[in-house]
Amino acid sequence: MRHLTFLWFFLPTGLAMLLFIAMPIVSVVIQSIYAPHPAVLIEVESCTPLVGCTTETTIDQEATAALREEKPLGRFVGLSVYLDRGHLAIKEVGELWATHESWGGFLSAINNLPFYRAMAFTLTFVAIVTPLTLVFGMAIALAINSLHRHLKGLMIFFSLLPFIVTPLVGSLILFWMIDSRGIIGNALIGISGDANFSLKASTGLMWVSLMAYWVWHAAPFAFVVFYAGLQTLPQDQLEASQIDGATRWQRVKYVIIPHLMPLVTFVTLIQLMDNFKVFEPIIGFNAAAHAQSLSSFIYNDLHGETRQLSSAAATSVMTIIGVIILLSPVLVRTWRDFKGAR
Amino acid sequence: MANRAQRMPTGLRIATSLFVILWFVLATFPFFWTVWGSFKVELDFFSIADWTNALTGERTQAVYGSPFTTTGYEGAWIKEEFWRNVINTGLICFFVVTISLTIGTLGGYALSRSSFNYTFWLLIAALIFRAMPPITLVAGYLLPFFEWNIWGILPTTVIVLVAINQPFTLWMLHSFFKNIPSELDESAKVDGCNQFQAFRRVIIPVMWPGVITTGLFSFLLAYNDFAVGAMLLSESNRTMVPAINAFMGTTQTEGNVMFAVAAVVSATAPLFILVMFFQRQIVSGLTAGAVKG
Repeated sequence: MRHLTFLWFFLPTGLAMLLFIAMPIVSVVIQSIYAPHPAVLIEVESCTPLVGCTTETTIDQEATAALREEKPLGRFVGLSVYLDRGHLAIKEVGELWATHESWGGFLSAINNLPFYRAMAFTLTFVAIVTPLTLVFGMAIALAINSLHRHLKGLMIFFSLLPFIVTPLVGSLILFWMIDSRGIIGNALIGISGDANFSLKASTGLMWVSLMAYWVWHAAPFAFVVFYAGLQTLPQDQLEASQIDGATRWQRVKYVIIPHLMPLVTFVTLIQLMDNFKVFEPIIGFNAAAHAQSLSSFIYNDLHGETRQLSSAAATSVMTIIGVIILLSPVLVRTWRDFKGAR
Repeated sequence: MANRAQRMPTGLRIATSLFVILWFVLATFPFFWTVWGSFKVELDFFSIADWTNALTGERTQAVYGSPFTTTGYEGAWIKEEFWRNVINTGLICFFVVTISLTIGTLGGYALSRSSFNYTFWLLIAALIFRAMPPITLVAGYLLPFFEWNIWGILPTTVIVLVAINQPFTLWMLHSFFKNIPSELDESAKVDGCNQFQAFRRVIIPVMWPGVITTGLFSFLLAYNDFAVGAMLLSESNRTMVPAINAFMGTTQTEGNVMFAVAAVVSATAPLFILVMFFQRQIVSGLTAGAVKG
């Protein structure tokens, strides 16, 4: 295809992505190095006879509004938003490093800083949910594949439901069930024998619930992909391995899993991207007090009466950098494939 | 497994069946429970006294004289005007799917038929855009949208969602068009068509399966969106998902939780119907990226 033809075909979608993805990234970067104007202060000297003169400092509302109107972006502050206590907290980290002897103490102290806490949760979430989804999806695929064929279609239908449901809506459905007055919460009270037992009260249990919810939500995706892979199994190899005396487990390990390996890579990649985005469950579970992900951290800044644009922008930039680091192995591989394909 | 040698031993067969039943319960019970409970009063849905109340609807019986009540639905749809949010979601989904398929098809086709270096870089950029959480862009939208006075209205959100949708659409359709042999349009060009005519006369007639599958996923993205809708739409233009979240945030008083439950069930029903009719397309779409590498 010639360059000019390509340009015309690609122009609409290219323009949409340029204007509404690339430009906003630039805008986010710019906003992250500006901070809101401080209020303009004026000193008023009031003198009363006999008492003397006092100077009072008050906020000049008019001047402040005028300044904010004139330069809505705020004032240039460089990287200081990135380094403040709400984000990388360089100063606080330095102090903690100096005061804590052991690694454990240092890390748990770092965990009190909001940005690090959000990052810790996001990374833990990605590291735990991704493998669990793969294993669970594979188990469902192997189990359903062994069913009678009339049952298969029906089971695929029901298995798709947790995946297809809107993430926020799905998390609300589970949230109501694990409420201490809901059926699962009630059952847990019965099992633990503690009348005040609540998943919402403890940070650890809240993390577990969030992760369990996301595995429930994402496993069907892994299942569908693996199931499709199982339909193209090399029957000859399976039979040959059987004749050679391979047990069922050995057949799974040495024939089926290697055959599905490209699919495992694919699901892992998609899951890494999606789990890194984790957001809706935290809103649905109302879990902001116990767990913050990078996305919900940005949402909290933008939400509410005072929109903290520069703070949100700084977190956004760091999240985007995180995404690129996460994707870098894939990018390198895609480059090799592309070179090879030509 | 057809032949006898591959048949499972009894123990394994029982274990597998149990696992399938367990997964079936896990996957469906929450939905069943919530649909059933949405026709009860709050004290039955959240019953501290006896969980069987949620099944039998004892309190609902006491209040309304029948174990089922539609007060939750009336409250959500009429009192809280949930129908407005439903209409907004409908409009947004329709326009997002139409626009993003139109421009995505052209772009995806161009990417699949070009092998210059910039093709690769465009695809890589699309992959990175696909991996970015949409909320990271919202901070970038707010200031310009306030300045230009286009914040809060539906068209703005439609365009933003179309743009956010493009990376996925491009990847999907790119791999789909790669599978249509390029000899087809090459021969059309030999016969005197230019590239666009070749696209229109040769490719468009055979592209519908891929476009329908991609369209389903565009629909899901627009339907399921929370981050963009919640931040970029004014209260009267809200779509369903942000509206449900707003129910949760502002109204924790007696009865209003049931509005949210009813709204949740209402928002989930169309998705069930979608899976029922398009199961094959959804499955093929999920596997498309994988099988083709």
